[in-house]
Amino acid sequence: MRRLWHGQITGPLLGIFWTLIIATSVSVLMSFGTGDAFRPGLIGSVIVGSLVGWLSVTWRNGWGLSALAAGLGVALALAGIGPVQLGASVSTMAGGVAYIMLGLGAGIPVVYFMANAPKDSLTRHEFEDSVIRFLTGFGYIFFVAIVLIPFYVMVMTSLKNQAELMANPLDFTIDLDQGTALFRSYIELFRDFNFGNYLWTSFFVSVLTVIITLLFSIPGAYAVARLRFQGQTAFSRSILLIYMVPLIVLALPIYIAFSQVGLRNTIFGIILIYPVTTIPVALYMLQGYFRGLPAEVEEAGLMDGLSRLAVIWKITLPLSLPALASVSLYVFMIAWNEFLLAFMLLDDPSKFTLTRGIASLNSSEIPRQHLMAGSVIATVPIMALFLGLERFMTGGLTAGSVKG
Amino acid sequence: MTGAVPPKGTGALARREARLAWGLLFPTIAIVAGVVILPLLAIFWISFKPIGLADLRPPAPVVREALRGDPGDYTVRYRIRNSSQDKPITDVVLTDTLPAEIRVMGSMPEMCETGGPGLRCAIGTLDPGQRLEIELPVELTGDDEDAAEEAVEGSEPLITGTSENILTNTTFTMDNFARVFDGGEFWRVLGVTLFYTLFGTIGAIILGLFAAMLLNKEFRGQGILRGLFLFPYVAPIIAVAFTWVILFDPFSGSVNALMVQMGVLSEAVNFFGQRPFALIMVTVFAMWSYFPLCFLFILARMQSIDTDMYEAADMDGASPFQKFWYLSIPQLLGILSVLFLLRFIWTFNKFDDIFLLTGGNAGTRTLTVNVYEQAFAVSNIGAGAAVAVVIFICLLLFSFFFFRFISREEGL
Repeated sequence: MRRLWHGQITGPLLGIFWTLIIATSVSVLMSFGTGDAFRPGLIGSVIVGSLVGWLSVTWRNGWGLSALAAGLGVALALAGIGPVQLGASVSTMAGGVAYIMLGLGAGIPVVYFMANAPKDSLTRHEFEDSVIRFLTGFGYIFFVAIVLIPFYVMVMTSLKNQAELMANPLDFTIDLDQGTALFRSYIELFRDFNFGNYLWTSFFVSVLTVIITLLFSIPGAYAVARLRFQGQTAFSRSILLIYMVPLIVLALPIYIAFSQVGLRNTIFGIILIYPVTTIPVALYMLQGYFRGLPAEVEEAGLMDGLSRLAVIWKITLPLSLPALASVSLYVFMIAWNEFLLAFMLLDDPSKFTLTRGIASLNSSEIPRQHLMAGSVIATVPIMALFLGLERFMTGGLTAGSVKG
Repeated sequence: MTGAVPPKGTGALARREARLAWGLLFPTIAIVAGVVILPLLAIFWISFKPIGLADLRPPAPVVREALRGDPGDYTVRYRIRNSSQDKPITDVVLTDTLPAEIRVMGSMPEMCETGGPGLRCAIGTLDPGQRLEIELPVELTGDDEDAAEEAVEGSEPLITGTSENILTNTTFTMDNFARVFDGGEFWRVLGVTLFYTLFGTIGAIILGLFAAMLLNKEFRGQGILRGLFLFPYVAPIIAVAFTWVILFDPFSGSVNALMVQMGVLSEAVNFFGQRPFALIMVTVFAMWSYFPLCFLFILARMQSIDTDMYEAADMDGASPFQKFWYLSIPQLLGILSVLFLLRFIWTFNKFDDIFLLTGGNAGTRTLTVNVYEQAFAVSNIGAGAAVAVVIFICLLLFSFFFFRFISREEGL
């Protein structure tokens, strides 16, 4: 291990690994972007990476090394061992773009990784610092890729047609000339598959779930957080326990009971059941927040002659608006994304929620771009809401700890 | 003078407070009892019952009424049958109102009697699948045959009967459990569940820890990245699950095409339909969709660690990895163990993911998917309930551990 602690060994090693990562990323990016064949080349990456890494500790010029990496890459590519191997159909321009990206991606970061490392032997500090910078760079690429690729594929697939999808699964380029025909899957979903209705049902059900959940959980949470009574601990524990009961275990008897009393296939039944799955979480989140509020304010209210309920209404609730927003968002998210109960209890296409509607698109007769368009329709509202109110959402998610 | 004595027992104020507390809690307790406790009891009950999907619709007598015949020789005919092919219905009674357009004449079947316009036929027991016809000779009071027919068929006959409801009778059986534990199937399912749960949980926590370390510093774009990293958790599971299925499709999936092109794979692999890939893929999916939650928790904890400690370590010459290993990890151990238990329980309970990705095929059937398989695919509700009972018992076991840890961690 200690032998690696040398500028001219650490540099080339990190350079090689990093160039391989960059070559792979560029290949994936260019393949998804153009639909043509790009693949990383091992020999070329090792040559470019080791040279860039070796030079990075003496000539600390990111732009210069980038130009060198790109130039060397092109030279190797002409010799047939390029770090990014181009398929026969790749245009010169796309190849050029790939190598510019490779050069920039390899040169500047490697210089940054080795910025604090001298060209001869390294201390443990300097070595680990370089490794950590390398790992950080890798982490950004890795996480952004794994998060974005599925969503990118979801959106792009929804804009294509069956023939294009089968012809080249890698080709996500879209033809902008076709105008509104680009959105034909969405138009068909709203026109022929009743998705406008599902969207409304989902929205309606989710909002009602939020309201009912708050109505039940606010008094409950307040009682658990503030009032002293026997069985307080036991109660808050059983709340935790209840939201660890798997939904599928409850879904079976609920299905039977609803079948017997005729609540299956009704929106009313769904609205009856959804809040119960969210009340325990909401109660748990809210009681945590209520505990954090200063009791003195409430006691002052009590001293001034307010009743407990008036204290809750006039003091506690206004103080906990941010928490209420978090809880509402979180409950909305659970209700909006809920699939299992909707799937089991709703059979009538006129009463589907959005998730149930998407499930009904999953058949071999319906083209998959419709399935993806449906997924986009379900994902976009919750994402928009989430990005707009991210501050509340992260708070809510952390407080909601226990719900999966 | 006697000294002040503290009051014994609960005073009036304390009692009032407790009353108020229970009053505030009552709605929640009521609804949770109705929708959680009752179903839980029901599932225990059902797990001991020989009950299939078809038994959910109890056997009932069915009747159809018609006016038939030629002028001068009319009959009102009731065709009655038992909807069930294997259960008798007892005490079957048919009641109907005879309209003014017809009049009963001649002899009636002996089981029937009329009182005014009303008709009542005590049929008795209908055997499984039995069909029965009752004919009443009638004459028309008017001349209009169509009007009479309409009137006869317009008055809906009412038929009642009692049949044994399999849900409430006292037949019990251990067959369901015998079936569930039968052969190697159960242990295979349990093994798959544990693999999925354990690796899914650990993977999600490691990814979450890595992501949290990346974002545990201030820089431009940190907020955007934090939002981005949460996408997999916030998006509807059904949307991302189908995206994964399409992404890894063996014929037209991008990942297969990409890997073949890069030379990683020589030919396309059916990732979600082939052992052992399917199980690995659903586990990877679990890591992917739940790392955001772990990330968020770990990040929150990291940001609350005192920076003084790191400065002191810097002064003592600790290297970055040493700081991570000897300072950060011990500080995070609490939240990591809580996360592990929570995620373990929740991954164990997870149903939607696997159901949507593979439907439980190709060696990915976990206990929760097995509930659905038994109850709806094999149409044996009882066996499904038995699996659910097994899950519930596992859950009780886990929550025992959970409370021992969490009470230490969070002081609950």
